[in-house]
This record gives sequence, structure tokens and C-alpha cells, in this order.
Amino acid sequence: MSGSSAQAATAVGTPLPMLGKSDTKPTWCPGCGDYSVVAAIEMAVKRLKLSSNNVVIVSGIGCSSNLPHFLSSYGFHGIHGRALPIAEGIRWANHGLTVIATGGDGDGFGIGAGHFVHTMRRNVDMTYVTMDNQIYGLTTGQASPTSMMGQKTKSTPTGVIENPLDPISLALASGATYVARGFSGDVKQMADLIAGGIQHKGFAFVDALSPCVTYNKINTFDFFRQRVYKLESAGHDPTNLVQAFQRSLEWGEKIPTGLFYKVDKPTYEDLEEVLSTGPLALQPTGLRGRESILDEFI
Amino acid sequence: MSEITVRVGGAAGDGIASVGETVSRSFSRSGFYTYGHNAYQSVIRGGHVWFQARASSDPIYSQGDACDVLYAMDRQTVDVHLPAMSQGSTLIFDPEKFAVADSELPVGVRSLPVPTLEIARKYTPQSILQNAAGMGAAAFLSGIPLTTLQKVLADSFGRKTGDIVDWNVGAAAAGFQFASEHTSANAHVLSGGAAPKLLITGNQAIALGAAAAGVKFLAQYPMTPASTVMQWMAAHSQSIGVVVKQAEDELAAINMAIGASFAGVRSMTATSGGGFALMVEALGMAGMTETPVVVVESQRSGPSTGLPTKTEQGDLNLMLGAGQGEFPRAILAPSNPLEAYRATIRAFQLSEDWQTPVLVASDLHLSEDFMTIDRDAISLNVDIPSLFQVEANGHDYKRYAYTPSGVSPRAIPGQPGLNFIAGSDEHDEKGHLVSDVKSGIPVWVAERVKMMDKRMRKLDGLRRASAGPLVEGDANPELTFVAWGSTVGAVRDAMKILAQQGRRTRMVSLPTVFPVHGTELLALLKGPGRRLLIEANFSGQLGRLLRAETGLEFPDRFLKYDGEPFYPREIVHRALEVIGHVGL
Repeated sequence: MSGSSAQAATAVGTPLPMLGKSDTKPTWCPGCGDYSVVAAIEMAVKRLKLSSNNVVIVSGIGCSSNLPHFLSSYGFHGIHGRALPIAEGIRWANHGLTVIATGGDGDGFGIGAGHFVHTMRRNVDMTYVTMDNQIYGLTTGQASPTSMMGQKTKSTPTGVIENPLDPISLALASGATYVARGFSGDVKQMADLIAGGIQHKGFAFVDALSPCVTYNKINTFDFFRQRVYKLESAGHDPTNLVQAFQRSLEWGEKIPTGLFYKVDKPTYEDLEEVLSTGPLALQPTGLRGRESILDEFI
Repeated sequence: MSEITVRVGGAAGDGIASVGETVSRSFSRSGFYTYGHNAYQSVIRGGHVWFQARASSDPIYSQGDACDVLYAMDRQTVDVHLPAMSQGSTLIFDPEKFAVADSELPVGVRSLPVPTLEIARKYTPQSILQNAAGMGAAAFLSGIPLTTLQKVLADSFGRKTGDIVDWNVGAAAAGFQFASEHTSANAHVLSGGAAPKLLITGNQAIALGAAAAGVKFLAQYPMTPASTVMQWMAAHSQSIGVVVKQAEDELAAINMAIGASFAGVRSMTATSGGGFALMVEALGMAGMTETPVVVVESQRSGPSTGLPTKTEQGDLNLMLGAGQGEFPRAILAPSNPLEAYRATIRAFQLSEDWQTPVLVASDLHLSEDFMTIDRDAISLNVDIPSLFQVEANGHDYKRYAYTPSGVSPRAIPGQPGLNFIAGSDEHDEKGHLVSDVKSGIPVWVAERVKMMDKRMRKLDGLRRASAGPLVEGDANPELTFVAWGSTVGAVRDAMKILAQQGRRTRMVSLPTVFPVHGTELLALLKGPGRRLLIEANFSGQLGRLLRAETGLEFPDRFLKYDGEPFYPREIVHRALEVIGHVGL
């Protein structure tokens, strides 16, 4: 019934608008790593020939969370830290949609850390790309959950005294079924990783090392260029969880990028019986004619 | 009129709630108006819990004040409830468990020692069967046919058959038989009866109403007294096609619901005050992105963790003010399960029509207590329009277009050519944010004002579309009660007692607490007679709201914050304090 207009337009064979740039230009600082990430997402969805009306990009708050405005898909620019639960709700309401959540390290690993862990253990079929710059940029330079020990920021003038959170090993421990790390200095690799994540049936996590050129003078493009190496050229087996954990612990002179882990498991949507008859948004509604439901109250 | 109230008390783990529900259902199935009040503590074993099942041939709206049959499963129940026992009432207990001397009994109260454990042992060593024997005796004293009790008992085991069902049915018969041989029927006994009625809690009615209104997605985090909304929906998830998601916290729950709503399904969440406090920021996001969402706020005694298993109406200020900045919202306050069913349907309609969050304010007293509804009063035939209202591939589609009503055409993701970004930042008609490089630039400053005005215009529409104040009682009153939510029931019962005493009272209640129907309320509350504000909170939160909106003062108040529901007799007492006892 109600879904007809959504389906009809697809059925008549009108060429669907491909997802691309929107008419809004990014407002990030010149040189920001996030330009590479939006470019990589655009490359990935174009390669997969996704139409702009079947993709929803969801974000929270922060510099990187403005990303949905710069692409031509549907989008939800929510509140700080809540991109993932919003994305889950969208996905469960219509699992015919491709859902991509984006955001920063503060949004995802600070205020949103609880959702990060739980969304992964559910293996919701969606892709989550974090633009990890190890600093709070939009609030002008405070420490983030991934800021390195000792780093001086506006909120830690004598240096960070907490251990940084490791998103990759946390994702592996939480049950993400596709775990990867990209680097804004390598858009092609990042596009490959994001495309792989979108194609992966299950929760795909791509942590993008995306330097903040304004507030993080330590974790710069040069910092990473001197350290990154590709997992696939190091003989890493992405089907091996133990190896993936071992590689995830490398952060120093050498920093691995690429696909850490990938495994096929049933998704939340596979296991939710109610979704077996099709997208929730297109299912019948209400209790008309279901008078017997009142019998339990007699 | 015939009426009876049965109380059963014991320790948590004794099965008091299921005994109370079984007795209540025996009444409702016999066609009596029934009210079941479950009084429990935040313990899983031990402590003191009790259940009050009141039944009448006439409509009743509260647990009442009486205790005509007391079934005491432990000595503490006797100590706590003996003083409340009515003239002509009977105390049921098992002398094998504890003693009650006749000298302890108030004048006009008799005891009936029933060997419930001995009866139970004939079937099984498990002592839980004693409850069935005790219920058998209570049924005899109340005038409930044994066969009705036995059928309700058997049905409570669902599709289960075999020994456990047979034992319960047998033990109930033995208890009934014992009572009939050792005592006469109570002074208070039910007679009459009619077609079976539905016996339902407020939370069940809310969940049922949501399902009837077309809800497809419920996300919730467990919290007393809201948890049973999720439990009912989860039990029916597959049969009615609702995705029920227990979220990791209330932050996730409401954000999931908003996401699902954005993507084209009717969505809700339910919680109590502590959880609602966590939902506050997302509520504003729903207001800003103009995404419908229904939030059930079942209040309990606060502040903080407060009294988790006790009732209160202390969250009105929170509901009114939840969220930074200003956005339109409605707060509906049903007073009983039937109204909760209807209000929930209305909440979905209002939220959808006006694209903004709508709260259903409940409380523990309404959410968890049982009340009867005539089966004919529930209509499942609710009109549910399609959410795909906007023609796809529209030219120059503006999700947040300025309109006289404030409501803009809402596209659903997946529809071709209507792409937009729902943003929690301030935005223009197309959804483009005006919060960064545009903010402060004169043309966009003006745009912000226009967008704010557009959203807030919806408040007028919400006011017009929501239910106005309800008036009942005497047209020329000595006293007008002002009440909202679950408190309305006890006031209604109190008004009946006052009318029997020849007193003229009236009640103005608010099915919609917000937006305030100020003009109507001012006309109704100006007079004649005095006004008595009745609320289950410390500061008279509704009174403050009404004073702000109408200028009326509420010097006479009956405010309760002890965690207990209002009882009709205490309302009568307070009313007579205000208007004076005749002849004094």
C-alpha cells in the first residue's frame, strides 16, 4: 500500500540519479584530511553504482559530521555522539536502504562510545567511517579519546595523561565483521576499503586517519606518511582474528592500514524475524480486523 | 449497587501479584467493573507487597478505600492491614504459618483460618499451591463462582496442561469448600454481573493503542514502571509486525526511534523520568528535524532514583521544559487505561500531523494498575494514512518549506528526487544548514527567524487539534477539583462519595496538559465555588503552569508525594476541609 510511490518510481525504469556531490561546498579548513574521506565515499558509491535516493548518510556533530551535506544522498545530521543509533533506526525501518554513518573520533569514541560497541556486537548491516584526527577540531582543539599520551592541547596544557583508545582492537573485540583502517593520504585505498565495507554484509568499520591541519600538530600527514604500511603487502590474513588483534596493537614506528578483519556472519536484520517479509516501511500497519488480540484481556 | 474489595498481602516472591491478578480477572470476567492495585517494593524476594482488587456493579475509577476480605500470607500483612479492614470483613490466614488471636481483631471483623498448606500438600510438596487454596476461600467470601475462579486459574497457565493446572484447580476447590463449610458468606458480597470485561493495565493499553495506531518500531531501555510497554510489544512483535529493540540506553532508544521515523515508520519509545532525562537532547532533535516520535513518560517517585516502585506526577516540569531552545510539543495525560489507549492513538496522529514529538504522560499508578474496559469501547479500526504523501521527483522540493500551518511536505528516504538532509543545526527551507558560514549574515539572520516562526506555528495547530479540558460533576459547584493524569480516577470516586453526602462538586481535568487550552480553562476555572488543585507532586506543577497561562491562583491544594496513589476518602476529607463540613 503505502510504499507504492517509493517502489513505483524504481519500477518504471527512470534512470536513477547517481550519488555524487551536492551543491553545498565543504567548509573544512584547506588541507583537512576530511576532503579525502568525502572523495573516497563518493568514489566508492559511484563504483558500486548506488543511486542517491537509496543511500542515507548519517552523522553526529563535529567538523567531520558535516559530511552528509556535501553529497547528494538523503542524510541525517543528528546530535553529538548519536549517529549510530539514528543509523540503526533508519536501517531497521527500511533495510532496502544503504546506510553509511560518518563522524569524528570524539563523536564516535568519546560521547558515542557506548553506541559504537553495541552497534558492532549487533552486526547491523551498515558502514561506519570515522574521520579520526585525534583532536576536537570544531571546539578549537581539546584532547580526544584517541589523542596520544603526553599531547598538549587546550584542555591538557601539560599533556594528556590518559591512554588513547584503540578503535581497531575495540572494534575487533566488539564483534565488528569488517574492520579496516584508511589514511587520508591515500584516497584510492580508502575508497577501496569503503566500497568493500558497503558491499560487506554486516557492520563495516573504517577508521580513517584524517589529520587536522589546524589543531593537531603531531599527527600530521607527514607523521602518518612516514609510518603507514599496507597490511595486504605484509602477508596479513584478514580472515584470522588473532592476527588481526596482533596487527591492531601496532601503533608507533609502524602503523598498519588496510583490511584487518572480515568475516561473514548473520546480520541483525537477518535474525530479526519481523524484517523477513520485507522493509518495515512497506509493511502493513495497525490492528484492523485483529479483534482476537483483545481475548488475552478477558 | 454491590461492591467488594479483596486485599492479599505477603512477601515478594510469594506470588502476590498473580493472586491479585487472578482475583481481579475473576471479577472482570464475571462482568464487574474492576480495579486492581499492585503495591510492591524494589526487592525480588522478601519485604511486604500487597494487591488490592476492587469490584463493583457500578463504574469505579480507583483502588478505593475498603478492605472487605484480607488474605494474609504472612504475619506482617495482618499487622499492616488489619486497621484498614471494613465492618463485616473477613481475614483469611493459615494457622500453620502464624497465629492471629481473636482479641486482635477490630470489632466487626472476623477471621477464617484456612489450612492452605495442608491442602497444598495433598497435591505437591511445593508450597506455592497454597495460593490457589487461599483464593478459593476468598472467592467464596466474595460471591465469585468457583468455576469462574478455576477457569481463570487454568487460563493463566496458557496452553500448559497437566498436573500443575489440575492441582491449582483442585486446591482452589478445596479452599472454596473449606470456607463454605466453616463460615457464612461475607457481609459484602458481589451480585449481578454482566458480559465479561477487558482487564488491562495502562501500559498494556498504551502498547495496544500504539499497535492500533500503526507503530512499527519501539526502542526502549528497561525502567520501572515503563518496562511492561516493551514487554507487551515484544510478546506480540511477530504477530503484529513491530520491531522491538531493547537499546543499550535511553539515548540510543530515542535516537533509534527518531531514525526509524525519519525512514518512514511510526516509532516510539517509553521510559520513566530517569530515562527521559537522558532523552531530552534527542527530543529537541526531533523538534528541529521535524521528525514525528511518540515518547511515553511513565513517572515514578523522584528525584533521582527516588522510590522506583512508587508513583508520582513529579516530571511535568521536566516534560514541559525538556530540550534546549524552543520547539513545539504536546503532552497528553490519560487518566485510565481506556483513555491511555485512545491518547496513544491520538499521540501518533498529532505527532505525525504536526511533525513534532508528542509525549504521553503516564505514571506508575496508571501504567501498572489494572482496570476494566468494556470490550465495545475499544475500536481497533484506526485510520492510518500512508506516510508517502509527497509526489516523488518533485520540482524544487523543499523539505522545510514555509507554510501557514508550519507543516511542510515530508519526503521519505528512498523516494527518488526528494533528497534532503534532516539537520539538527538551524537550516533553510531545503535543509541546508545556516549555522556556520551563513550565521550572523543579515539575510540568514532573517531566515533563522522565519524558520523558527514556522516551527513554532505548529503549536497553535497542536492546541486546536488536541483534546480540551474535561468537565464533569455539578454545574453549580461548591468546589471544583483540578486534576490531571491518574489522579483523576480517585477524584471521580471521591466526587461520588461527596454527592452522596449532598455536596456539589465538579472536576476540570486536562487530557492535554500542553499546549495549554488557556481560554477554555480560564472560563471553566473562574468559578463559581472554590478550586482545589490535586496533584501527586511537591510543588503543584500543573498549578504553576495554569497560573502562568491563565493568571489564576490555586491557594487550595492537596499535594501528595509519599509515593502512594490518592485514595478517595482522603480527597473527600480534604475537600470538606476546604468547603466546610455541613452543620459544623
